Amino acid sequence: MSAAPEIEHVDILVIGAGPAGLAAAASTASAGLTTLLVDENASPGGQIYRRITRSPFVDAAILGDDYWEGRPLVADFEASGAAFCGETQVWSLDATRRVGMSHKGRSRFVQAERVIIATGAQERPFPIPGWTLPGVMSVGAAQTVLKASALVPDGRLVIAGQGPLIWLYAAQHLRAGGTIEAILDTTPRANYLAALPLLPQFIGSRYALKGARLMREVARKTRIVRHVDALRAEGEDRVSAIRYRVGKKESRIETDILLLHQGVIPHVNLAMAAGVAHRWDERQACFAPVLDPFGQSAIDGIAIAGDGAGIGGAEAAAERGRLAAWAAIKALRPQVEDKVPPVEEILKALAGAEKGRAFLDRLFLPRKQFRVPVEDDTIVCRCEEVTAGAIRQAIKIGAAGPNQLKAYLRCGMGPCQGRLCGLTVTELIAAERAISQDETGYYRLRMPVKPITLGELAAIEPDARAVSAVVRE
Amino acid sequence: MFRRIASANAEMVMIEVDGVPVTARRGESVAAALLASGLSIARETPVGGVPRTPYCMMGVCFDCLVTIDGIGSRQGCLVSVEDGMRVSIQKGRRALA
Repeated sequence: MSAAPEIEHVDILVIGAGPAGLAAAASTASAGLTTLLVDENASPGGQIYRRITRSPFVDAAILGDDYWEGRPLVADFEASGAAFCGETQVWSLDATRRVGMSHKGRSRFVQAERVIIATGAQERPFPIPGWTLPGVMSVGAAQTVLKASALVPDGRLVIAGQGPLIWLYAAQHLRAGGTIEAILDTTPRANYLAALPLLPQFIGSRYALKGARLMREVARKTRIVRHVDALRAEGEDRVSAIRYRVGKKESRIETDILLLHQGVIPHVNLAMAAGVAHRWDERQACFAPVLDPFGQSAIDGIAIAGDGAGIGGAEAAAERGRLAAWAAIKALRPQVEDKVPPVEEILKALAGAEKGRAFLDRLFLPRKQFRVPVEDDTIVCRCEEVTAGAIRQAIKIGAAGPNQLKAYLRCGMGPCQGRLCGLTVTELIAAERAISQDETGYYRLRMPVKPITLGELAAIEPDARAVSAVVRE
Repeated sequence: MFRRIASANAEMVMIEVDGVPVTARRGESVAAALLASGLSIARETPVGGVPRTPYCMMGVCFDCLVTIDGIGSRQGCLVSVEDGMRVSIQKGRRALA
């Protein structure tokens, strides 16, 4: 029989081309390590610098300076000699660092000495009644189509929730000529008080002035309703209104598009499926991977950098990317260690970038009722259309954890593989059973973490290892 | 659901959505092109047959699932439009061939 082809081999595989991935790949490639950066999107930038190399915008001011700050990151990456493969979905990663990936309907495996997972953040689920109606989207979704396609919502627009992204998007939308009926701010009163002790540290951070400016810019042109306690999207075949409550006062606004947002959380699917341990982070109310100070997991050669390691923002993400790269260079090419920036410099820059984050975490921690639905008719698992009421009922009759819930209700078993319900389910079970989130745990995630067809799997040319596993000489 | 604002990158391509010609901007995703198409683009879920439109636009929610050039359940937000692409909106459960 003919010899099977050798599997493609790289020193460093970086998954995700946002700030962490770009900075990591630029560092390792500059140190002479063969580096491949892959991303689901066609061009590098991640969500924050989405489509920065091929922006449709003529007027750079609409997106604002923070967006264009991504340019030097991409330029450094492009000059580094690292390879980029866009429109690529990583669907498998194991402890041997054999990585399955799909590009334009064809899959292949790449063997990496080190893997840096930089898959970033996703928006926190925002399960309110009616959030599955057509016309209801996340703020991040609207911002994505603004950056990538220069699209703005058509018709009346209401934004609800909390967090810096709301104000940034609202400002961008207004600059692009859009209007907003109202912003329904769900930041609880108690958070302002709780965050107060952290204010002095925040004042000196890069976020403070920018944040205040953005909020002023938006408030001049937009009605803002603060301290919103409850939300319900209404409509038959699509959203037609948002009903909300402040204290005891109920109100309703008609709208064509409703955008929701209550912060971002690490996108855990790939890392968890690869076997990286995660723990509940009380400060950010989400699961975050267990890592050493350089982003290394307990699995040899697998590191996590950027918001996937815990939310820190774009600037911190880039520094964490450099830190993970530094550790990889030290491990694989100790002789060139003196040619890369000293680790103390990276750590110092990281500390600077993380300044003010604790204040933001405290101020924008979403209220329990927006994380764990109060009303039983609220859909929790969007894919399998499982409501909070059904989940509570299942817990009452004995479903002990997220994985048992699958057997009861198929909850978390649809195409999104728990991405939009996992956190809600953990918090709901923890609340009902009065146990901790760590004790409750999360869905057991498995490969493939992105759906591929059986045909695509079968069409992968087998390498020597695969052939020897089934062929007898 | 969305409208286009003035832009420099105006190179357009033609795709087909359930047989209807739709202009899209080169380099944008299928889901973005659908949102800007002015057509009724809601898919119907396989579970409850209820209408859905894209929710996250960043590969997470799978509510933008569409059939592209005959292959079902592709994430429309992660596939770039190409000239002549044929897109169809999924209604309910898929039939087994």
